[in-house]
Amino acid sequence: MIISIVRAGWMNLRRDRAAMMLSFIVPVVFFSIFATVFGSRGDSGTSKIKLAVADEDHSERSKELIGGLKSESALTIVESPKDGAKFTAATAEEYVRAGNIAVALVVPKGFGESKLSFYSGAEKKGAAFRLFADTSDPIAPRVVGGLLQKVVMTAAPELMMSSGIDAMDRFAGGLTDAQKATLNGNMDSFHKQRVANPNAKSSTADGLVPIEVSDVLGKTKKNPLVAFYAAGIGVMFLLFTASNAGGALLEESESGTLDRILTTRVTLTTLLLGKLAYLWTLGLVQLVVMFVWGAIAFKLELLKHLGGFAIMALATSLTTAAFGLVLASVSRTRAQLGAISTLTVLTISAIGGSMFPRFLMPESFQKAGLVLFNSWAIDGFTNVFWREAPLSALVTPVAVLIGFAIVFFLSARQLTRRWELA
Amino acid sequence: MHPITIESVVKSFGERRVLDAISLELRDREVLGLLGPNGAGKSTLVRTIMGRVLPDSGDVRIHGNLARAGDNAARAGVGVVPQEIALYPLLSPRENLLVFGRYYGLAGATLNSAIDKALDWAGLSDRANEPSKTFSGGMKRRLNMAAGVLHKPRVLLLDEPTVGVDPQSRERIYTMIEQLRADGVSLIYTTHYMEEVERLCDRIVIIDHGRVVGTGTKDELVRATIGSQREIVVDFADGTRETRLTDDPGEMLHVLSAAEARGAVVRDVRLKSPSLENVFLHLTGRELRE
Repeated sequence: MIISIVRAGWMNLRRDRAAMMLSFIVPVVFFSIFATVFGSRGDSGTSKIKLAVADEDHSERSKELIGGLKSESALTIVESPKDGAKFTAATAEEYVRAGNIAVALVVPKGFGESKLSFYSGAEKKGAAFRLFADTSDPIAPRVVGGLLQKVVMTAAPELMMSSGIDAMDRFAGGLTDAQKATLNGNMDSFHKQRVANPNAKSSTADGLVPIEVSDVLGKTKKNPLVAFYAAGIGVMFLLFTASNAGGALLEESESGTLDRILTTRVTLTTLLLGKLAYLWTLGLVQLVVMFVWGAIAFKLELLKHLGGFAIMALATSLTTAAFGLVLASVSRTRAQLGAISTLTVLTISAIGGSMFPRFLMPESFQKAGLVLFNSWAIDGFTNVFWREAPLSALVTPVAVLIGFAIVFFLSARQLTRRWELA
Repeated sequence: MHPITIESVVKSFGERRVLDAISLELRDREVLGLLGPNGAGKSTLVRTIMGRVLPDSGDVRIHGNLARAGDNAARAGVGVVPQEIALYPLLSPRENLLVFGRYYGLAGATLNSAIDKALDWAGLSDRANEPSKTFSGGMKRRLNMAAGVLHKPRVLLLDEPTVGVDPQSRERIYTMIEQLRADGVSLIYTTHYMEEVERLCDRIVIIDHGRVVGTGTKDELVRATIGSQREIVVDFADGTRETRLTDDPGEMLHVLSAAEARGAVVRDVRLKSPSLENVFLHLTGRELRE
């Protein structure tokens, strides 16, 4: 009897293509997307961290340091913006603020002459490195900080030696002039030897390089992570709502109300425009509820960014509404819609940046995201709440979203011609 | 001008010809019964009249005016009651009628008055604010009809309005239709139930394989098909039945003698005038269609 029940289950599943797709194809697709995004395809899978570097020291040692950073396989060093002059501290900070890069390093003036410190507190010597970080990517600044410690040790070990000697001089009762002269001589010879043989390894230690991390965007925010994730999650759930509510159109077709409506004064175009307007208002209310809750419960700064929120909410909910109509009109049944929308929404949410930031993705995925409307929506919301950009920065994402909305609506109108006349 | 005139309408879906040069007319203030086996083309014909099907050739005229497919303005005075329960189940009857009334262009006091009248006509006034998904099949059917008459159409198309309802609800639906006829509405009534057609319809059109195979009143159809023959019906004690069409009522005696001779016990015997069902089977045959 149990075998009969199992067989009946498999027979039904075989007839239900939507359920088959959800069971077998969706997991494979998602596995592939996540595996690609988080990089495990052979040697080239891991995504490198882009690091903007402003060299304010212009010394031989700072050049060696930057060279050392360049040789790190986890980093891609950017020394100047596209078609621009080399970074200064100010332009590097602005580059991070504009969202072009997650982290920038400023090699301070006097780095080449400074010594490392084995002890902390007021007596710490030397100018500190500065890291400008966009903490919406919380990993990049930490990785860069760690690598910087390593590179300083390996690229300029004599700095460490010099600091060690200073410490010994202070805490071990002092060195004689003869000892100091000998040590300085050996230090010069060590430096010459290392320059002559740059690949030679030396032992390193961590935590000796002073680094001041500056959270360029999040420092003024009450709850910075909420500001970032509200956009991603908000847009993803808007997509689910739109696809689900768009299914009402299929229900109208299946129940016969669509046929009845089309015998009244309502034309198919009018009906679709009405459905679009309904989905639009539904999406707007959903976003308002979510962001208001975010403001109340998680200190999301909604009132401060009300204008930008209103613009982005209007544009995003319009486009997702039109996208919901496309999903509904592509599908023949509710079951098909369920499968297609689950696959589509999860896929574009993953690539578009709802589940994890796009800057963590491989370059190809970041570029692919630009053809998805939800990535423009998320970028727009991020501009408002995270980067605190002026409203003029929303012109491009809003224009792109409206363009998508028009294309989606026209596609839905074309696809629903099958309902117009038999 | 007849309220509706169908002129040589042809419609095929792929290789299958569903309507094959159908012509008929709905006369003023009459109830025209549309009969036919499953798949004969009745619903396609109703949908063609409503402008939801684009005919390959032929015309639909409403009060003499050409009504092309999709031209809802030309059909402003026509209402439809579809075979499906085309309602919003989560909405109450009043809310459903509000929605469809607005789609028909009604508003304000006119709409509210139309809704009240339609609810009263359908016997749903006391349940007007309950979710319609909780209703019985008969109540849903009545609400389905109410949604089709909100705009006071002078012509109403009813596609099997009594499917799946109990005898009490069916009686109520008959009363509703008789009220419409009394108000001067012309109706096309599609059904499988012969007794409904005999009770409600002034004229009958029988369709098979997309063609009109018989038109007229019941008596005209009987005369044209079976003629003056009567039906002898004999029920035997073992549950079997024998029927025979005959011009000679005296043949009943021969049937009884033959039964006695072979030892069969007769439980009941009667002589029937030919029914519409006899006509229907005569014209469409006894072969299963689906």
